[in-house]
Amino acid sequence: MTTEVVDQITVVIDGFEVTVPKGTLVIRAAEKLGIQIPRFCDHPLLDPVGACRQCLVDIEINGRAFPKPQASCTIPVEPGMIVKTQLTSPVAEKAQRGVMELLLNNHPLDCPVCDKGGECPLQNQAMTNGQAESRFEGMVKRTFEKPINISSQVLLDRERCILCARCTRFADQIAGDRFITLSDRGALQQVAIYEKEPFESYFSGNTVQICPVGALTSATYRFRARPFDLVSTPSACEHCASGCDMRTDVRRGKTLRRLAGDDASVNNEWNCDKGRWAFKYQTATDRITTPLIRNAAGQLVAASWPEALAAAAEGLKAGRAAVLVGGRATVEDAYGYSKFARVTLGTNDIDFRSRLISDEERDFLAANVVNNNSSYLDIDSADQVVLVGFEPEEESPIVFLRLFKQVRKRGLKVTAIASKKSIGNEKLKSNFVCVAPGSEAEALSSIQLTEKSLLIVGERAVETAGLLTAASELIKRSKAKLAWIPRRAGERGALAAGAIGNLLPGGRPVSDPAARVDISTAWGVHGLPAERGLNTDEIYAAAKTGEIKSLVVGGVDPFDGSEVKDALAALDKAFVVSLEMRTSAVTDRANVVLPIATVAEKSGSYLNWEGKARSFDVAIEDSLLRSDVRILSMLADEIGRPIGLPTVASAAKEFAAIGNWDGAPSEFAGVAANPKQSISSNQALLTSWRRLLDAGSMQDGEPNLAGTARKSVAVISAKRAAALNVADGDLLKISNANGAILLPALVEEIHDDAVWAPRNSAGSELLRILATASNSVVTVVKA
Amino acid sequence: MLTPVLSAHWDEKDSFTIEAYKRNGGYTAAPKALAMDPDAVIQLVKDSGLRGRGGAGFPTGMKWGFIPQNDGKDHYLVVNADESEPGTCKDMPLLLANPHVLVEGVIIAAYAIRAKHAFIYIRGEVAHVVRRLNKAIADAYAAGYLGKKIFGTDNDLELVLHIGAGAYICGEETALLDSLEGFRGQPRLRPPFPAIAGLYARPTVVNNVESIASVPSIVANGAEWFQAMGTEKSKGMTLYSLSGHVENPGQFEAPLGITLRQLLDMSGGIRKGHKLKFWTPGGSSTPIFTDAHLDTPLDYEGVSAAGSMLGTKALQIFDETTCVVRAVLRWTEFYKHESCGKCTPCREGTWWLVQVLRDLENGDGKEEDLNKLLDICDNIMGRSFCALGDGATSPISSSIKYFREEYLDHIRQGRCPFDHAASIKAGVR
Repeated sequence: MTTEVVDQITVVIDGFEVTVPKGTLVIRAAEKLGIQIPRFCDHPLLDPVGACRQCLVDIEINGRAFPKPQASCTIPVEPGMIVKTQLTSPVAEKAQRGVMELLLNNHPLDCPVCDKGGECPLQNQAMTNGQAESRFEGMVKRTFEKPINISSQVLLDRERCILCARCTRFADQIAGDRFITLSDRGALQQVAIYEKEPFESYFSGNTVQICPVGALTSATYRFRARPFDLVSTPSACEHCASGCDMRTDVRRGKTLRRLAGDDASVNNEWNCDKGRWAFKYQTATDRITTPLIRNAAGQLVAASWPEALAAAAEGLKAGRAAVLVGGRATVEDAYGYSKFARVTLGTNDIDFRSRLISDEERDFLAANVVNNNSSYLDIDSADQVVLVGFEPEEESPIVFLRLFKQVRKRGLKVTAIASKKSIGNEKLKSNFVCVAPGSEAEALSSIQLTEKSLLIVGERAVETAGLLTAASELIKRSKAKLAWIPRRAGERGALAAGAIGNLLPGGRPVSDPAARVDISTAWGVHGLPAERGLNTDEIYAAAKTGEIKSLVVGGVDPFDGSEVKDALAALDKAFVVSLEMRTSAVTDRANVVLPIATVAEKSGSYLNWEGKARSFDVAIEDSLLRSDVRILSMLADEIGRPIGLPTVASAAKEFAAIGNWDGAPSEFAGVAANPKQSISSNQALLTSWRRLLDAGSMQDGEPNLAGTARKSVAVISAKRAAALNVADGDLLKISNANGAILLPALVEEIHDDAVWAPRNSAGSELLRILATASNSVVTVVKA
Repeated sequence: MLTPVLSAHWDEKDSFTIEAYKRNGGYTAAPKALAMDPDAVIQLVKDSGLRGRGGAGFPTGMKWGFIPQNDGKDHYLVVNADESEPGTCKDMPLLLANPHVLVEGVIIAAYAIRAKHAFIYIRGEVAHVVRRLNKAIADAYAAGYLGKKIFGTDNDLELVLHIGAGAYICGEETALLDSLEGFRGQPRLRPPFPAIAGLYARPTVVNNVESIASVPSIVANGAEWFQAMGTEKSKGMTLYSLSGHVENPGQFEAPLGITLRQLLDMSGGIRKGHKLKFWTPGGSSTPIFTDAHLDTPLDYEGVSAAGSMLGTKALQIFDETTCVVRAVLRWTEFYKHESCGKCTPCREGTWWLVQVLRDLENGDGKEEDLNKLLDICDNIMGRSFCALGDGATSPISSSIKYFREEYLDHIRQGRCPFDHAASIKAGVR
């Protein structure tokens, strides 16, 4: 990124000189001196509005005084400026007292029953800058019905609102979701939603967090706790690869809320609603808390740890074994699985990709991604960004916010190659390159990029053969930056940890003898398996035939892949050791189930899509559940081939010591694209993605959040709608040999050959029902 | 003593038609201006000393001069016809009787600031004025004065009449621009000023109806003609609107600097048998005057020196039958109703002021309430986002200054000492 040289300006505030970059607001310059000017509407990440008038100060410039006090949140510093805040100017002090008094007049002062009480900027500043006695006695306060839902999750108490417009500015300027606005006028001015259009923004929770009073509260947290009874722990988000800094607030062993943390290089002070509110899975009634062993009658029964470990060890020693670890593992856990596979089971048959996969992708990841260091800064400095196989708002929301910020700030050019135009594309004013499902590679080949461009490839790129090859060629040709953004939080870390058949930890190619020597030396073992391991689909297939006898499965849902039938047959046939939080299709078929901790109950770290680590500590101190790596280490001991990773910390330390591969990365040969599929008139090519809020199991137990999810629809083009004589809302039937789904139609901008449906939403669980999610031929008829 | 220019032909029954306007010399200034260099037009208006007639009195030519020239951007002219200051009734009568003078003024002003698009933002309530103005614009288009190649020159000008929904705040120029863009009218943060980023973030001049309507006469008669009227720093003629307890209320076009005494002489004086008690020089947002100010010159400097503002030259006259507390309460209720809600002082302050004043008017107040009122006003004045909050305090602080005893009488007697019905009946003949 080019660093601009910004002029520095020196001003005097309350008698102290301070030098700040040109353009700095007076309120911020004062902060630099440690002078806190009270404020409500001011927010460093929102455009100034100057509405609340709480931050009034006296200003003179080169001897010329402003005739009246000025809002310090709207005025940039200027040479020769002398500022007097409430500390040195009686006028500013009285002005601030006056505004504070006015703000409190119509405020209900129901602090004792308000969620914000104890962490409320109005309460705090009223104590600091307000007066103890009210002169509003005997007067009539403004009253409203309270609270009202502006979405199923967000509640609005209009009596408490001080009309600072932080929430509406956030929705407009940060999220691009103009679902809320100020309406009416005078003291009856209020935050409002449009009729029949609730505040269903993926980012609505941020408004609750930045509300300076208790006007916006969340249904999930409302009346649950006082802030001073909560124990807060910095945490990392487990829901996607954006890599948000978070804070987890726990009371009596339960997570009560999660807030966005402040990391300017990643999520600023924002996060998405899934990260904020999807944590009830931690306390789901089907949590597994003790080891389980399947008895002779075929039932899982509780067992002690020694019993369960012995049973698991016996099964795993019986024959060829493989490891499947879902994309949710922390780096330390993934490293544990990786080492367990190689050292304990003596195999490279391990894959973290519990989804649609290809070997093209595996090679692409080894060659182009594992040591890639693209970052959010590349979005900030890009001359253009191209998105392929990636829908940022749905699949990595903080990447979306970053793109939106650059689009809004400097008109960043975004090109989206996809079959369906999305809401996110529209908000990003994307140049939408509409292609038939499966034809993305062709479109990508005709894109011109420069060294300053950024090509973002989503994990769905794997679904079109040859697309990652085209991406790789485009990068080589143009020298543009590449980012591969998976959907799950653990994938980049698992890749780095070598939880995949072609790589050892640190991006070391399995095929490279020097790489194997590196790792065997670090691990103190004699030799490592040199053969490239099987991928997820191959492992299932081999287990189904009995070639692989046993499986270690951690955090995998067999319905996430395309070979669902193979997966279920494999799990039925093989000896399965399942490391799981909750009962699942895997534990239903497992021989031994070992309970593991959720993210709140353990420590660890995630690598986000940038490859940047965010560590977190245990939030729920008194939990007896442990991280996967600790359990794998016990299991390895039991088998007799120890991995020596008794704690998360030891795994982290060992993995860090190994470091990254400094040898040549593996070559990426690439593959050819598949021929175009032909379709008849009542057929279409299926395309889909997962929505941010959908039927994902980690969103279970939070109906208020689920209530804000986008509705399931089948999207078709106007041409197809005309041919089928279908209007918006009419039921469509999408079917193939495996099954059929019924969804209301929505006519939108989509390729004429395509039909789009959400991949895993209520009534639209594509992989479960159709056993396909993209690029395959389906029949589309009016139901 | 009167100098009818804008109002010269209001008494002709077809004064609002294009024929009448042309018959009386209309549409001769525009071609004259179009033959000049645009900068020369701006200089002419600067030289005339014309100041904004909407209230603030900013020199019109100077405002036009702020528009960056040759910046390659579209420029806009916006006419503020949202006349909504209580007591003000000059722009609407003008547009009713002579809409073409505004159209011609727009043609000249748009040419001067290099705008190809002009807007008139008018209150929604004045349906009849809207009809006349629409007809005038249509006739001007038909005559080739608007549209492509106006007056046969190479200049184009589109003029759009936009009907507002009737909000006091939309008379504030930046709120007006928001409203014109289709948003809810609330004032914008300045800078950037409209001259740099106004309508659709383009350089924009916002002028009052009367300011623009004065331009054709300046072009036609020259700067010196205009300067010959008025006082040293307040040049030209202007419309004073007299309302309230006068025998013949209405619009009086006179040179700036005339006094209320002179205007009362021309309007038949205070209604018979009564005497002047208090009055506003420029609408309810300007501090009130009393009979001590009968000889204050009604120009920008004269009114200001006497502690008020010339404002919109809306002279609301009240005789001794009027309760000043009640009048101030009514005004304050207006400000509470019209506060846009954006900033705390105006929004919360007017909510409070009304309640304190209502108690005082009902005789339920206490003497400390007067100091409380003044202190609340002090916390609003100069603290609010736009000038409308400041204006809300003017009637209160000025009325307490001149009529403190009357407030105290309400408290002492436990009721309003005035017979409001009698005050109304006194005007019935």
